[in-house]
Amino acid sequence: MPTKLVVDCSTGAVEEIELTAEEVAEMELAAQQAEEQKAREEEEKAAKQAARAEIATRLGLSAEELSTLLS
Amino acid sequence: MPTTYEAIATVTVGSGGASSIDFTSIPSNYSDLCLVVSARFNTSLDANTGGAFCKMTFNNVTTSYSNRFLTGDGSNVASNNNTNPPNFPCAGTNNTSNTFGSTSIYIPNYGSSNNKSISIDAINETNATTAYAVLRASLWSNSAVISSIKLEELATGANFLQYSTATLYGIKNS
Repeated sequence: MPTKLVVDCSTGAVEEIELTAEEVAEMELAAQQAEEQKAREEEEKAAKQAARAEIATRLGLSAEELSTLLS
Repeated sequence: MPTTYEAIATVTVGSGGASSIDFTSIPSNYSDLCLVVSARFNTSLDANTGGAFCKMTFNNVTTSYSNRFLTGDGSNVASNNNTNPPNFPCAGTNNTSNTFGSTSIYIPNYGSSNNKSISIDAINETNATTAYAVLRASLWSNSAVISSIKLEELATGANFLQYSTATLYGIKNS
């Protein structure tokens, strides 16, 4: 079970405490949402790259030439 | 550290890792606080999702924060602002092994009944073309004395890795 470290500053004591079921569920939800966000961003990136490639083709430019123009 | 700094408490993460580090029962008899963090998380550092970024909250309150921050990544510099709890980059599993992010957080007048300002100076630490340096000016619009500080990973619920450390200093004004 995941644990958290709690430091009592009045005594300096450090306690390792197991997370509650609710806390674990929150962590797992955060991890899932992060994965979904990352997948969305990768999709958007792929779509942008595809759009750039299409524009380059229509203009009769290579990808490198288009990149040079845009830099 | 100068003689006006006193180490209140320090913690080093053990082999099992830790989901968060909570400093509780912070004494109120200092002028300012300084928190020094050296941390690595068991997830990839990702500036877009906040992976391996550390979030900081006071007194378990997640509201009434505002931030303005400068970020440099080795190629670009950006200025941004938001109203989330302050956060800063550490090191993640995609960074150079056995390296830890280095952060210094200064909180003046943490015991006053005024709003609390926070200065954060953070470095990602990795031997790569892209590495993050962040300067953040934050404000917690809350009149409560800061009695606890919680550190946890921002986005993915990842754990602090072994040998991550956090030390809380109290600073006296004389």
